[in-house]
Amino acid sequence: MTTRTLQFNIYRYDPDQDKKPWMQDIAVEVDSTDRKLLDALVKLKAKDDAIAFRRSCREGVCGSDAMNINGKNGLACLTDLSVFPAGKPIVLRPLPGLPVIRDLIVDMTQFFKQYHSITPYLINNEPPPERERLQSPEDREELDGLYECILCGCCSTACPSFWWNPDKFVGPAGLLAAYRFIADTRDQATSARLDNLEDPYRLFRCHTIMNCVDACPRGLNPTLAIGKIKAMLVQRAI
Amino acid sequence: MKYSVSVRKFDAVIVGAGGAGLRAAIQLSESGYKAAVLTKVFPTRSHTVAAQGGVAASLGNSEEDHWHWHMYDTVKGSDWLGDQDAIEFMCKKANECVIELEHYGMPFDRTDSGRIYQRPFGGHMSNFGEKPVRRSCAAADRTGHAMLHAMYQRNVKANTQFFIEWMALDLIRDSEGEVLGVTAMDMETGEIVAFHAKATIFATGGGGRIYYSSTNAFINTGDGLGIAARAGIPLEDMEFWQFHPTGVAGAGVLITEGVRGEGGILLNAQGERFMERYAPNAKDLASRDVVSRAMTTEINEGRGCGPNKDFVLLDISHLDPATIMKRLPGIREIAIQFAGVDCIKEPIPVVPTAHYQMGGIPTNYSGQVVVPGRRSQNEIVPGFYAAGECACASVHGANRLGTNSLLDLLVFGKSAGESAVDQLKQSPKAHKEMPQGEIDRALTRIDRLNNQKDGASVHETQLEMRRTMQKHAGVFRFADLLTQGVDKILQVRENVQRTEIKDKSAVFNTARVEALELDNLIEVAVATMVSAEARKESRGARLWYKECNRLDYKSVKLTPLTVETIELKTRAY
Repeated sequence: MTTRTLQFNIYRYDPDQDKKPWMQDIAVEVDSTDRKLLDALVKLKAKDDAIAFRRSCREGVCGSDAMNINGKNGLACLTDLSVFPAGKPIVLRPLPGLPVIRDLIVDMTQFFKQYHSITPYLINNEPPPERERLQSPEDREELDGLYECILCGCCSTACPSFWWNPDKFVGPAGLLAAYRFIADTRDQATSARLDNLEDPYRLFRCHTIMNCVDACPRGLNPTLAIGKIKAMLVQRAI
Repeated sequence: MKYSVSVRKFDAVIVGAGGAGLRAAIQLSESGYKAAVLTKVFPTRSHTVAAQGGVAASLGNSEEDHWHWHMYDTVKGSDWLGDQDAIEFMCKKANECVIELEHYGMPFDRTDSGRIYQRPFGGHMSNFGEKPVRRSCAAADRTGHAMLHAMYQRNVKANTQFFIEWMALDLIRDSEGEVLGVTAMDMETGEIVAFHAKATIFATGGGGRIYYSSTNAFINTGDGLGIAARAGIPLEDMEFWQFHPTGVAGAGVLITEGVRGEGGILLNAQGERFMERYAPNAKDLASRDVVSRAMTTEINEGRGCGPNKDFVLLDISHLDPATIMKRLPGIREIAIQFAGVDCIKEPIPVVPTAHYQMGGIPTNYSGQVVVPGRRSQNEIVPGFYAAGECACASVHGANRLGTNSLLDLLVFGKSAGESAVDQLKQSPKAHKEMPQGEIDRALTRIDRLNNQKDGASVHETQLEMRRTMQKHAGVFRFADLLTQGVDKILQVRENVQRTEIKDKSAVFNTARVEALELDNLIEVAVATMVSAEARKESRGARLWYKECNRLDYKSVKLTPLTVETIELKTRAY
């Protein structure tokens, strides 16, 4: 089996031991069965068990292992080791803009607070029918590209507007979720949902920078959803 | 040893926030009880999120279906080892539970008439085994994701109190055996808290990480099983592990059976659709144990593909690309990411991969944990409930049908929640007194780990465990391998008891978490190996290579609630 050595440059910070964050140079040997960055990280942790990062499904659906990889947000489990150029260390940092708990683990409280602020659940006050509420395949298709979000945080933490106003701007992930419910024909709270976003900060801090689209590991397009919400607000105003 | 442990009181504590835990939490929160939901990961990161193909319910949206047919298929799928009362209960409740999800907002795919889309799935047949039926309710190939998010969202609405990134350590029981909560560790701070509760519900998922090659997430470490076993609760049916036919060769990532439901076929190196030989009626949609064994036989007999002839091919390239993009978009991404092939054009290399634990903490169909006792074989443990993969109701018996896992967590998550609510309605206001010695059980483990010197590496020990399980308790079971396996896994356990971590810090110490997880995994591994060695028969997902007999005198344990017992037959698809 062919092996090769990968050089890493990793952000380290353990509040118990470190006065301030530092960058650790560390190398690890990987073999041909190690396809993804997460595989290499697991090997790194076997070498130095103090390196802390989140991970779970290792197939890109749980959203745990989001981190900043060579300057770009992504999931370690979906990042091919083959994309890294030889001879250059792979630089790993925590997702930018959120407080660091330890090493590559960030405090996502603010991110989830914004997600929760958009009433992320279906609102339909009619008594539930005995069977399913009907929805045509075309109406259901409106939810494609919206419901698949895994709440990894890659998009919001790539967004300069979110960096500046994480407490006031809902951010791309939250806004994508907001539009997911607005677009659902079964939801009856569109007007309240639009009221909730009609605010100079909550929605309108999006300046269409589109870092979110670039960062989304699921290939979703929060900017498009945000544009649709903006258009609905304009339409409502005239 | 000096650790300060604060005590927090709740009506109920739920451990785990995957499908079963979230469903139970909805029941408690919407009934107005104060429940604490402890979870190692943010709820939507639980492994339910990875379920793909669908959830079974005889809605009959595309063709005639009936819960009784579903029950028959489940009993047959279980190789008559499932409890027929629990199976009847589950199949009858399926429609109600799936419709509830739709009302929560789950984005199911739709039929032209606007109803929930259903696709065929392995082992699900109409009219008592006649021909495949469309019973699997699906949201593309992301059903688990859509379901988990919808249930989390419903809990947000219901104001459920979550303790996120908290790991349960050990059970708290009093001298009468009643369960009074759990000790748990806040992973962010390292703080240990006793959660004192009148009702404790385990929904901790399976322990699929005991195998080297597994479709399971890193977090699937059988925590609830380890905790229960350490508290003296025997585990049930642990020798039965499902090997999913289609894990991506080399990577282990799951490829849903829904691929075959949509028309995918399995091919050997000669390009032969070999399932026609093994299951002339159901073919590629036979139940999972049958397909996995057929694949392994093809590989063992030299008809595997690739340079090492060690996988077979799953082909959907004959399907309309538009169907693939609409019904199986996630599978295409997985195939590109983990197999390096675009399944619109090329087949996917697949191998049977450890997937699901049929056994677990024994419960009745109300989600109450039961143990063999002086008065009966199924004595209820007061205050203790379990649901989902960590529990054994037992609806899956010796082999689970695809899409019955999501149904299991819905039905039994709900019924465990309902049972806890019923208990709380009758409970006195005050909590029972908590014995201090019980809290010490967790502290002793933490203390041992903090002070271990010259110990075993957690990483090496878990690798040794997983390799041992893979080699000695795989798709086919051999008597001599199992006998050796028992010795080996008991040796591994000795190492687990002396694991050492270098990182002793308090804040988000994932090394400590992994060591504590290994304490749980090894309980699952030992229970699996010992029971596998002890069961000298072929049944469902576990097969003795030579003595291929089912011991029929052991069959049909619990009879159905209202219908006639489904009598034992030879199992063929």
